[in-house]
Amino acid sequence: MRILIVGGGTAGTILGNNLARRLSGEIRSGKARITMLSASDKHMYQPGLLYVAFGQMMPDELYRDQASLLESSIDFHVDPVEKFMLDKNRVKTRSGKTHEYDILVIATGSRIVPQEIPGLNEGSETFYSEAGAVKMFKRLREFQGGRVAIVVGVPHKCPIAPVEVTFALHDYFKARGIRDKVHMKYHYPIGRIHTIENVAIWAKPEFDRMGVEYETLFNVKEVDVENKVVRSEEGTETEYDLLISIPPHRGMEVVEEEGLGQGGWIPTDRHQLKMAGHDNVYVLGDTTNLPVSKTGSAAHFEAEVVADNIASMIKIGTPVREYDGKVYCFIETGHDSATYAMFNYANPPDLKSPNKSMHWFKMAYNKMYWTSVRGLL
Amino acid sequence: MSESKVIDARDTFCPGPLMELITYMKQANVGDTLELLSTDKGTASDVPEWINKVGHEMISSEKIDEVWHIKVRKAK
Repeated sequence: MRILIVGGGTAGTILGNNLARRLSGEIRSGKARITMLSASDKHMYQPGLLYVAFGQMMPDELYRDQASLLESSIDFHVDPVEKFMLDKNRVKTRSGKTHEYDILVIATGSRIVPQEIPGLNEGSETFYSEAGAVKMFKRLREFQGGRVAIVVGVPHKCPIAPVEVTFALHDYFKARGIRDKVHMKYHYPIGRIHTIENVAIWAKPEFDRMGVEYETLFNVKEVDVENKVVRSEEGTETEYDLLISIPPHRGMEVVEEEGLGQGGWIPTDRHQLKMAGHDNVYVLGDTTNLPVSKTGSAAHFEAEVVADNIASMIKIGTPVREYDGKVYCFIETGHDSATYAMFNYANPPDLKSPNKSMHWFKMAYNKMYWTSVRGLL
Repeated sequence: MSESKVIDARDTFCPGPLMELITYMKQANVGDTLELLSTDKGTASDVPEWINKVGHEMISSEKIDEVWHIKVRKAK
């Protein structure tokens, strides 16, 4: 059984390691083989970018060598796929090699596309890339006061990030003793300040307490860099001195180029996580078109389900589990407190009061991620 | 030529039905029809509020077997 994993991010890595352990006997006897193709020899802990943007982590802390995270039985290549030939059960890579498979897993992730909103790239700071997070921190350090606007593109990875960065900005300016010189205004695409109703209900009085103004039903249309004005599709505008953006995202180019899914998101069955119309192709993490948060957490839980099911298909001929939409998100509520949201398709999150213990748990998890992605936690 | 697309946002809390609709609206062409399926009780009021404010067109809204079917057209 040839299992081919395309993508070495959170989903692909957890899947590969879980499968390698579950199928260790089959791999040793030559009955199973796991190959992983990735675009990079490095693995980035993306949630750490928020800390880089506030000078709390250095960029090099976010990376490990991908090969060092993988079980030795996984055949790993830095050679991204450029052509999917699903009808022939094979892919072609950048180097020109062809890989055939019996089971394919596509976990290529997503990318930021700030260029889709005129002026957003030039006019705003963002922490959704390493370079962006470093630049944002330097800009924050220089900032002496004025109007800070936070805007959110759609769709975006890590849906809790708009709230987290707002809390973090408040605490950062407060720590520098300039909070009274900063006017903060938060803008959100739908009619409340967060898409999860319980988060919105909890965060609204917190924003009021911090003196953060908010405008809802604000979808960024364009940024007038020269005049420092951000305008919405809904016809409103906000003037700013410092613009912080959550950029819109798309799936990877190869997914769009190969016609696998509009916007780079592949149509996926929400329980078995198979690509629509393809019984031997699974899709994980950001790459799916599922109405599930694009987070490492969702990718993690999805990968565990698919690892169980591929292993059980090989061992007893049937899948054993379904993905129930589980997501667990830490929510940093400033520099010294946090809470979390856990939910699935059937149950909304029941938000607890933020506390210091949860913040320290999150800080510990920032290190424990490397154990988690090895499939050990 | 305009197209019709169904967006299955049943049983989702995050990103939620309206955020899903906004995602697909961005990908659609002017004149395309989108049908949003939602089990969220707030959708029936949230979607028309946004559609009216942003300037797209509401076509219909009905509840069938506990699922809201909301049809809209991209107008700009």
